[in-house]
Amino acid sequence: MSSSRRLILAHFWLAFGGFGAALLLGEWQMFIRSPLHRWIGDPELYYRSVTAHGTTMAYVMPTLVAMGFGYFVTEASLKRPLIGLRWAWLGWALVLLGTITAIVPVALGLASVLYTFYPPLIGNPFYYIGVVLVVVGSWIWVALMAVNLHQWKRQNPGAPVPFPMFATVAGSYLWGWTAVGAALELLFQIIPVALGFRTTIDAGLARVFFSWTLHAIVYFWLMPTYIAYYTIVPRAIGGRLFSDQMGRVSFILFLVVAMPIGAHHLFADPEVGSGFKFLHSVFTALVAVPTFLTVFTICASIEIAARLRGGKGVLGWLKVLPWRNPIMLGAAFSFIMLGFGGAGGLINMSYQLDSTIHNTQWVTGHFHLIFGGAIVIMYFVIAYDVWPHLTGRALDCVGLMRAQLWTWFVGMIVLTFPWHYVGVLGMPRRMAFYDYGDPVIAAQADWVVMSVIGGAILVVSGVLFLTVLARGQMAARAEPGVYRFSVAAHPPRSLPAALNGFGLWLGLMIGLTIVNYGFPIAHLLVIPGTAVPAIIVGSGR
Amino acid sequence: MNWIAYVRDRWVATSVGLAAGLVIAGAVVGFAWLPFEQPGQRFLGVWDAICSAAGLIRVPPIHEQVVQPDYAVTSVEVTPGMLGNASAESIGRGATLALRCTMCHGARGLSRAETPNLAGQYATVIYKQLQDFKTGARLSAIMAPLVADLSDADMRDLAAYYAYLPRVEEDQAAKGETPRIIADGSPMRNIAPCGACHGGLTNKPGAPWLEGQPAAYLHAQLQGFASGTRRNDISEQMRNVARGMTAQEIDAATRFYAGPP
Repeated sequence: MSSSRRLILAHFWLAFGGFGAALLLGEWQMFIRSPLHRWIGDPELYYRSVTAHGTTMAYVMPTLVAMGFGYFVTEASLKRPLIGLRWAWLGWALVLLGTITAIVPVALGLASVLYTFYPPLIGNPFYYIGVVLVVVGSWIWVALMAVNLHQWKRQNPGAPVPFPMFATVAGSYLWGWTAVGAALELLFQIIPVALGFRTTIDAGLARVFFSWTLHAIVYFWLMPTYIAYYTIVPRAIGGRLFSDQMGRVSFILFLVVAMPIGAHHLFADPEVGSGFKFLHSVFTALVAVPTFLTVFTICASIEIAARLRGGKGVLGWLKVLPWRNPIMLGAAFSFIMLGFGGAGGLINMSYQLDSTIHNTQWVTGHFHLIFGGAIVIMYFVIAYDVWPHLTGRALDCVGLMRAQLWTWFVGMIVLTFPWHYVGVLGMPRRMAFYDYGDPVIAAQADWVVMSVIGGAILVVSGVLFLTVLARGQMAARAEPGVYRFSVAAHPPRSLPAALNGFGLWLGLMIGLTIVNYGFPIAHLLVIPGTAVPAIIVGSGR
Repeated sequence: MNWIAYVRDRWVATSVGLAAGLVIAGAVVGFAWLPFEQPGQRFLGVWDAICSAAGLIRVPPIHEQVVQPDYAVTSVEVTPGMLGNASAESIGRGATLALRCTMCHGARGLSRAETPNLAGQYATVIYKQLQDFKTGARLSAIMAPLVADLSDADMRDLAAYYAYLPRVEEDQAAKGETPRIIADGSPMRNIAPCGACHGGLTNKPGAPWLEGQPAAYLHAQLQGFASGTRRNDISEQMRNVARGMTAQEIDAATRFYAGPP
């Protein structure tokens, strides 16, 4: 096993180990506040668990998957060793160190502020410092992606950058820029208060900075999933990628329009003007363009595979698809969840409709369906696909993989659909306790029990997933052969500079961020009287 | 590529043009058109509407001046870290000053006169109430003359002294079951659990520790908040809570915090 394989495996194991632990916390949270369990008496325990669950699932797990998969794509698509292997290990070590630094104060109950920080709540400084370390570790990955691409281009002037690498670098640049918002919030606002240098905080400005990160981070989570759609799925089912260029345009569009849209998380915040909220809403709607481009391209690619297998008719070709192939199955589940989640997202992004579901369990249901469902199920698929190449061992428990993907899909639907529904009924989120004895909400009890069952199915699925990976790690040695990505139906021989590099798109990304965020941030910076007293969490007498 | 060629590049011109067009169209709709579609908005003109949509704080028209309260409001800004780490000297000065308070609040801050027990109360709470008595934000014919001559430093010393005294020991077992209003509040009426701020579950800056306070005093304060005769609570929190409480809930909360007679 070459040393970069060890690096990538270290990323995946750390990611999925954390995922397993956080999954248990999530189900515990569901259970203790459901009608199946009596009130635990101490809300702090609940918020402590939510903070650990969110921090691990949102910051640690997807970041490590993106990093590990990024290194894998770099080597496999550029067909040369990774440049900066030692730096990559440093990045991994920083993520590990940051995770431990952050989770210890959370476990001690000193930082139950939830992963979105929620200033003016202020927790133990080590929590925030840990999160910063995780981000810094991931920025090393961003830099390494850029360096590897740059070196390859220098040695292959004018040649089209392999599409998997192009998409991966787009994802890394998106993360590099989107993480800046939370970094500014942590370094200049929260950490000085947490360390005791200041006693007040501009919570409105902090939330604006966080929204800069909060929405684009979802697209950063989404990137490995989309890369897998384009570069793994068509190959795995024996088809061709319908269009290489269309894929590039999709990733470019994500890079440009994922950033200037975060204010739709601030619809209920009075600090941001309604005009900017509308502008962000407009750009949020634009995300539909790369999403639909992807849906079209991938469906077309799958149809190519089906026709090659002898599929006929307008929809008859669906029958001949290799449904027993875990990658086909996972991609189909992912698409279904993306469809439902995306439809729900239309409500969230609308300034008017959002007010009906704002801060209800609808929102929790939405992001679990999109992230935990559509995105994470493809992380499983990625792991299954690359595992033999990382371990040099066979991974042949296909039945177990199918069972795992089925349970994840069913569990996620059973978890999130009732959540959406009780959200429409007005059930607030981020509550440690609901009194189902109250006739006003008694009718929601059955739906909540249903989500708890969904969560339990997800726990089973998580155990199956880790079992598959562990079995792969212990299986007999087998030569997996050369790793291949999907080949386009018409592989590009040459590309316009705009589809082979990022200069123009990074310029647009930063420009649109400044247009959409510049004034609200500058305004909040200069007007006086916006600071509020910080509330120290965990300092009770 | 020099910059003229760059600008003329088809990709650059198209993408930048599309992005700019979208920003301009979105801005026209969001800043100049939609504000006028909102019911009840009265703008002085298009520029005023744009400023409003941008989030600027504008001077309201003369006839819509912000309503000012017609009573004194507190001058104390409560922060979680305030009045921490009092020195021994401060506590000592406070003990001397507190000799004037013993008639009602007891020699060691424990009262038998239905007045609040001050022993072990948070310094922030003592300080804020003293300030509020002085500024008239909280009205009391007894307290007002007593605090009239106290300086800011005197009040800090008194706060430090009373915070330093040991609290009255509560017999938790004798209290019986915790009432719903203390543990859960009433979410549907927007009433937070009493225990979320006043002890029992946790505490919040500025909120007094209520365990062991005299029942008559607690009852009178809740009724004062409900009727609006007491109004020095931060952001009207207690007035909003007390107005929503039933008479039974007020009795239950009072009995719980006062403890067995």
